[in-house]
Amino acid sequence: MESALFYIALAGYAAASAGALGFLSARSAVWHKAGHGFFLGALAAQTLHIALAFIRLGHFPASGLRSVLCVAIFTTALVHALFYWRYRVKVLGGFIYPVLFLGMSLAAFASDAPPETPGLLSSPWLIVHVLTVFLGDGAFLLAAFTGAAYLWQEHAIKTKHHGYFFKRLPSLDILDRMGYALVAFGFPMLTIGLATGCVYAQMRWGLFWQWHPKEVWSLVTWLVYAALLHERLAAGWRGRKTAIMAIAGLLALLFTFFGVNLLYSGHHAPFTRL
Amino acid sequence: MEIAVVGLNHTTAPVTVRECLAYSSEQARESLRKLCQVPDVEEALLLSTCNRTEVLASVRCLPAPVGGVKEFLAEDRGVPLKRFEPHLYIHTGEDAVRHVFRVASSLDSMVLGEPQILGQIKESYRLAAECGTTGCVLNRLMHKSFSVAKRVRRETGIGGHAVSVSYAAVELAKKIFDTLEGRKVLLVGAGEMAELAVEHLIRNHARDIRVANRTFERAVLLARRFSGAALKIEEIPDCLKAVDIIISSTGAPGYVITRDQVKAALKARKNRPLFFIDIALPRDIDPDINRLPNTYVYDLDDLAGVVDQNVAERKKESVRAEAIVDEGVIAFARWFRELDVVPAIVGLRSKADALCGAELAKTLAQLRHLSPEDKAAVERLASSLVNKLLHDPICFLKNGMGTGQRKRENVAVFSRVFGLGETEGEE
Repeated sequence: MESALFYIALAGYAAASAGALGFLSARSAVWHKAGHGFFLGALAAQTLHIALAFIRLGHFPASGLRSVLCVAIFTTALVHALFYWRYRVKVLGGFIYPVLFLGMSLAAFASDAPPETPGLLSSPWLIVHVLTVFLGDGAFLLAAFTGAAYLWQEHAIKTKHHGYFFKRLPSLDILDRMGYALVAFGFPMLTIGLATGCVYAQMRWGLFWQWHPKEVWSLVTWLVYAALLHERLAAGWRGRKTAIMAIAGLLALLFTFFGVNLLYSGHHAPFTRL
Repeated sequence: MEIAVVGLNHTTAPVTVRECLAYSSEQARESLRKLCQVPDVEEALLLSTCNRTEVLASVRCLPAPVGGVKEFLAEDRGVPLKRFEPHLYIHTGEDAVRHVFRVASSLDSMVLGEPQILGQIKESYRLAAECGTTGCVLNRLMHKSFSVAKRVRRETGIGGHAVSVSYAAVELAKKIFDTLEGRKVLLVGAGEMAELAVEHLIRNHARDIRVANRTFERAVLLARRFSGAALKIEEIPDCLKAVDIIISSTGAPGYVITRDQVKAALKARKNRPLFFIDIALPRDIDPDINRLPNTYVYDLDDLAGVVDQNVAERKKESVRAEAIVDEGVIAFARWFRELDVVPAIVGLRSKADALCGAELAKTLAQLRHLSPEDKAAVERLASSLVNKLLHDPICFLKNGMGTGQRKRENVAVFSRVFGLGETEGEE
């Protein structure tokens, strides 16, 4: 049942990608509706998949690369659904669904190892830690996409060479506001995620902060987004600069998520072991 | 029965000829009735816009009524025929149908894809319908042309994207600001194109129009027209802090708005975007302003470039539109081909049914011993025999009759073969 749900979600994201890419090229509403429908179906299947795994395992299913990827895709899809509902930027599906599909394909080949420290993932602190961190990561991923779309669109307007994407991408104003809203949503999530992580570390190891590379890089990521928000609110940064910052933030984030686990050992390493 | 179009448009006739043949809707109402009195003209419709005058008619035969329509136009408009005859085009049959669909879909318009033509055709049709000069053929043709035009608009991008400079500017503004609702506009100077752009912006809910002019009285006048505020030219730098869209069209020899002024304003506006539309020659707005963050400058050439791209896009889309038109023509032609033979088909069917019914009644009256099941079987036998026998002649009638005069003769022969009294086929 669980593995069937996993593959239903995988197929759903594949169909959603096809629909969204069809919409991108043909710009007809039918493609969009089909793509979005498949996306919502895939999201529902994935929610059920994670819930069933939770019940079966008795702890939060985030051990091993496969289930970690599933949670990351789930939270990203959730944030996308939320922001689509709010901003109705149809064209973004064409970029996001394929990424979700690729993530799911990667998860299909990854191992689903049991946690090396049983009981670890049943602590409510840790469940909150994992969920909020990934909700934040999902929002930051989408913010970087939105930022890239902004840069592309602004380039077209500034240089006056309106290419393929000019008519397909929405206005600068929407992209800017949406990018900012995504960071404004992701940042408190990341903050809660880091705080609960610290609390848990204190409970388990007696130390809030150990200067592990993972912790340091998380802090770096957090600081990048904190700077972005600060500059936006205090100095009125908008448009291009925020878009570039959102992309820089994603690079820091990707390194924290994958790079640190691959380069250094630490208490997060088992979660992304292949 | 045939369909014919006689007319001229912006590609075949200069404006001096077009204006001689133009009709107001009152004049058209008068002329439509007279048009139907031209020999062999059964239904007629008059389309007159600033780019074309066309008579669309359903006629009994060809080509005689075409000459009649030409002479009618000459007489009705009081213009010698030889003055406009070289500019006329005449389409008949499927070509006429295609022409009507193309005109309705705006594929024949001066500005490809412009939306007004469909409304103008609908108006002409309404007029003709009121005068009672349309019938079965033109009603069907017009409704079909509306649905083809709608499909073209829905399924292709032919009507998408501005093909005029002032509208292109508005579209660009929408790509920057999304909604123009509540955006503030500053008009510097005056001029037809600039004022048109301001009107487009207002129609898209831009509010708070400010007008600056070297002569303050002129500014006051224009501001009143847009129900906005008038400014002195010295107030512009200050105004840049508040407005979002600046349209400039002055006769000034140098730049009216400089980079430093904008740079100072950007800080005060917390980097909210600024869009400059420079319609002046020589330019009013320092092109270097485009390099500042969140600031976009489009001059006349840039806007013309956008329009060119959009025109090219529409041309590309028109290929798909032509395919939709072709589909419509094929569907209409099938209906139209069968129209001539419908009376013959109906006659044949009713004759066969009547014969069949009469013979059955006679026979069954003599066969009283038959059970109800047996009676039903005999009835089935008779009707299936009739249906099978009629199938091939009806197919032949629908598809094998040729066109035009030949078709009429063939249908007449067919009707005589089956002894079908009065039909359309016999003149």
